[in-house]
Amino acid sequence: MIDRAAPHPAPYADPYVCGVGLGLVLLAAYVVMGRGLGASGAFASSASGVVAALSPASARANPYFARYAGAAGGPWLDWLVFELAGVAIGGLVSAYFAGRLRFEVERGPHTSRAARLLMALGGGAVMGAGAVLARGCTSGQALTGGALLSVGSWLFMIGAFAAAYVVAPLLRRAWR
Amino acid sequence: MRAPFYEFGAFGSGTALVVALIVGAAFGWCLEQSGMGSARKLVGQFYLTDLTVLKMMFSAIVTAMLGAFWLGRVGLLDLTRVYVPETWVLPQLAGGAIFGAGFALGGLCPGTSCVAAASGRGDGMALVAGMFGGVLVTGLGFRFLERFYDVTARGTFTLPQALHLPYGAVVALVTGVALVAFRAAEYVEGRHAA
Repeated sequence: MIDRAAPHPAPYADPYVCGVGLGLVLLAAYVVMGRGLGASGAFASSASGVVAALSPASARANPYFARYAGAAGGPWLDWLVFELAGVAIGGLVSAYFAGRLRFEVERGPHTSRAARLLMALGGGAVMGAGAVLARGCTSGQALTGGALLSVGSWLFMIGAFAAAYVVAPLLRRAWR
Repeated sequence: MRAPFYEFGAFGSGTALVVALIVGAAFGWCLEQSGMGSARKLVGQFYLTDLTVLKMMFSAIVTAMLGAFWLGRVGLLDLTRVYVPETWVLPQLAGGAIFGAGFALGGLCPGTSCVAAASGRGDGMALVAGMFGGVLVTGLGFRFLERFYDVTARGTFTLPQALHLPYGAVVALVTGVALVAFRAAEYVEGRHAA
């Protein structure tokens, strides 16, 4: 197992510098590909791929999965699937060189490991449902559509942050 | 050569997947460098103790927005060939709210969870699994959702169209709002540190 956590990991970089860098990556995607970034779309494609592998007939009969499973090249050669694999690679390489590669479960001092894993699992499942309905997430809607001034993307952002600020106070104890 | 390059046939779909890996890796690198692979840092946004999310997202949006606007203005980028996510008013507001509740609960979003998982964090891996399960189950139950999914469809609908303002005016407006938000973020963080 690789575990490269330096005794003193590098401090995080400036958020504005990283933000401008991320903006340039997004701009490069517009210029090179004519599309932006995404994350939840890769989950939709891979879920469609799994359903299509287990039961091709039900993937074809389901209008949501059929769109991804029937895409040219199939669900596994989807652009966002490769892009999200790249995200994991970029995150891994960055964490490695910063000495931040470490097997751990991030949690509050009074939250058990199991409770934190359940929060993450449940939060992910809820986000999955929301992303299906919204046709995207913080990457495909907020960043990509936000910078292209799509009304739906800004509505998504408003809905997401409003709800997060309503729910977060209920969970404050989990983090302190 | 006119941009978007792929849209004008500069390369094929196989090369596009290589581009996807490279673009994704740069995206993941930026997220990890800023600490967005850490749920503890990310939830600071919701408790107003660490506003990295706001600073990072807004500076990325403004950078890409200004870049797309000016490249379009000087004729290097054909904006009619850049895919703008379409609008469904109520599904996206509701989906956004559901998403936001899950975001506060899980502490990471779909993209940042992949960075967290890749840097060894178990909570990131659990969130990736939950996200996959959530999309799978919602997809399986899609027929119960289908009617609401398609209501209030507006097609490609942008803020300049909605506000009846020129593109450049909305770009300037969003940039101004971002600069105010950055000042507010520094003030809130400074007050917290004091």
